[in-house]
Amino acid sequence: MKKSGAEILIECLKKEGVKHIFGYPGGVVLNIFDILYDEKDVQLFLTRHEQGAIHAADGYARASGKVGVAIVTSGPGATNTVTGIATASMDSIPIVVFSGQVPTLLIGNDAFQEADIVGITRPCTKHNFLVKDVKDLAQTVREAFHIASTGRPGPVLIDLPKDITAGSTEFVWPDEVKIRSYNPTYQGNKYMINQAVQMIAQAKKPVIMAGGGVILSGAAKELKELAELAKIPVTMTLMGLGGFPGTNKLSMGMLGMHGTYYANTAVQNADLLIGIGVRFDDRVTGRTEAFAPHAKIMQIDIDPTSIRKNVRVDLPVVGDVKNVLRDIIKATKELKEQQWGAIRNAWLKQIEKWKEERPLTYRFDKNIIKPEFVVEKIYEVTKGEAIICTEVGQNQMWAAQFYKYDYPRRWLSSGGLGTMGYGFPAAIGAQLACPDKIVFDIAGDGSIQMNIQELATAVINKLPVKVAILNNGYLGMVRQWQELFFKERYSHTHLESGNPDFVKVAEAYGAVGLRATKPEEVEPIIKESLKIKNRPVFLDFIVDWKEKVYPMVPAGASIDEMIFEEEEKKEEKKLKAVK
Amino acid sequence: MRHTISVLVENKFGVLSRVSGLFSGRGYNIESLSVGETIDPAISIMTIVTTGDDLVVEQITKQLNKLIDVIKVVDFMEIDHVEREMVLIKVAPRKDDKTEVLQLTEIFRGRIVDSGPSTYTIEITGNEGKINAFIELIKPFGIKEFVRTGKVAIAREGLKKAKQTREAS
Ligand SMILES: Cc1ncc(C[n+]2csc(CCOP(=O)(O)OP(=O)(O)O)c2C)c(N)n1
Ligand SMILES: [Mg+2]
Repeated sequence: MKKSGAEILIECLKKEGVKHIFGYPGGVVLNIFDILYDEKDVQLFLTRHEQGAIHAADGYARASGKVGVAIVTSGPGATNTVTGIATASMDSIPIVVFSGQVPTLLIGNDAFQEADIVGITRPCTKHNFLVKDVKDLAQTVREAFHIASTGRPGPVLIDLPKDITAGSTEFVWPDEVKIRSYNPTYQGNKYMINQAVQMIAQAKKPVIMAGGGVILSGAAKELKELAELAKIPVTMTLMGLGGFPGTNKLSMGMLGMHGTYYANTAVQNADLLIGIGVRFDDRVTGRTEAFAPHAKIMQIDIDPTSIRKNVRVDLPVVGDVKNVLRDIIKATKELKEQQWGAIRNAWLKQIEKWKEERPLTYRFDKNIIKPEFVVEKIYEVTKGEAIICTEVGQNQMWAAQFYKYDYPRRWLSSGGLGTMGYGFPAAIGAQLACPDKIVFDIAGDGSIQMNIQELATAVINKLPVKVAILNNGYLGMVRQWQELFFKERYSHTHLESGNPDFVKVAEAYGAVGLRATKPEEVEPIIKESLKIKNRPVFLDFIVDWKEKVYPMVPAGASIDEMIFEEEEKKEEKKLKAVK
Repeated sequence: MRHTISVLVENKFGVLSRVSGLFSGRGYNIESLSVGETIDPAISIMTIVTTGDDLVVEQITKQLNKLIDVIKVVDFMEIDHVEREMVLIKVAPRKDDKTEVLQLTEIFRGRIVDSGPSTYTIEITGNEGKINAFIELIKPFGIKEFVRTGKVAIAREGLKKAKQTREAS
């Protein structure tokens, strides 16, 4: 029996186990939306902007480990997805995006709502397709899910001309996918693994630097086992948070531009740096020539292009992080004579000392809310069990620093692209994927306004997402740079006078709005927000606008050239004395 | 360093722009690019001449391999191989220069593939050195039009130092 392209598409989604998709309708996808009207097993969530749909699919994928799916119309619908797709691409998140397209015969004619979305998204997808024959549809969907979710994951787009979803053919689900030109390396090379074990055994001052690859590969358990077995301290990139328990004694927290003193210092003093699922982004390495100057660098990654792209690598191991770690653990266990405690003792003590010397702190103030205090309270009240999404800016860094992530897939943040407006729709996706979890978006007053329309999506679907707005009245992170590097010339970063009353905005959409203006109000409104189970909540925290994110490595400096809060205070005093 | 890289790709719509987009997007340099079908019409082969230091070329070959439609990448730097390129040159020699042009063409084993009242079209095939030498010699006679195919390359039999870049580095 023949089925229409639209029916086939939905059948394919069922075969892939997809239950929830995000989207926005329009002319050329009407056939698909018509099928969805009666569909029970695949449920579409209407966002209020296509960017929101992609971020929601991305958040769904990050929180669940499944492939996130979105469907949008052609032209403006498709171009609205670009930021979302690029966000997923930079962070290697598996999503499949279906865009409608004008009928095949009209492609290239500048038809109404035509955009060359395959061309536009070519550099920001892992792969993309234009389906030209309805007979190819099922095979293409199968390949798209396979490509998105295997190897180094990433977004895949399928462009569907209207005549493809309107056309019909027999539905044949391909039993297997085999793409001859796509064969990721999953197993690490034996020789390299043995070398790795030797290096670990010989190192006196090793550091593990864990990234998003640990989470994508599901290797948190293995990472913990190796670190504890060989007594190696662990630092995480922004993307790696939760890949290793933040409360573990061996954790040094995040490294890089706003990393901890002890993580950055450890990396700069290490004799072996083991990069696991990282790509040595410039926010992590600072000036690359000065990065980890005494260390041999080992890098484990499934994507060979990540290796030796930014920093020199002494031992590359290409393979799936989980498999490689398993092999390394196995071989490490065979080193029976190795006295791990004895050889690591001095190094671990040194790190403890660095931790005591300069812990991650801020100055509590009883008159004004410090944004760090808000994050700390959210951590306490949720007992570290929430899924935390973030926007971008200071809010993101404080959320990374002051919440401790003990599990993977509980930290959802746009690391690579740094997309303001990511967190709220991602939180909606995460809440749908994990209905029993508490989901917070730690937001800035600037970022939240980039996708604030998704309040409607959360309200309609009774999603109790909590948005903690660290309301500093500024594009805070940019303001911080202007303060430090542009003589306090706050060019176009002041928001306060234009900001809406976020409590009223929430209420206008049918959500709940709460506000705290004093430190003692912080905890009560967080607790109150947790009682609300059927609606989103905006928590408007009026925070100290002067607060800056510390420590800070200025752009282009080496990562041990950190600025700390106290030093800046001293500088201020000096300046005043001069005046 | 200049590298000649051949890239075996699925003969699919858009594949050329995936490859060229990779070069432009990442700031790699393309000196020449030629594309043609292989014996299997489902597969095309591209020969790309690019320049860059070792790290850059390593990234180029890895990034090419990462493209889903790329089947195989060979960097001929590591491999004993034959390279050829063809040029078509339309010259308009003065009457008394005609013989010399014909002689030069013969010495370089070129062919006259078209002649008009005032022009010859010469076809020259060879490696870069030969082609450049011919161009230098023919220039004074007045080149009117000029096209070159870009290089193609093929490995010599049995002498491969067999470096398939798809393998782990
Ligand atoms: C879409 C987008 N535009 C611009 C930027 C540049 N940018 C980075 S942080 C930031 C300020 C964010 O302000 P806010 O959301 O209020 O967060 P805060 O830093 O104040 O916590 C800006 C504009 C960005 N990251 N993303
Ligand atoms: Mg702000």
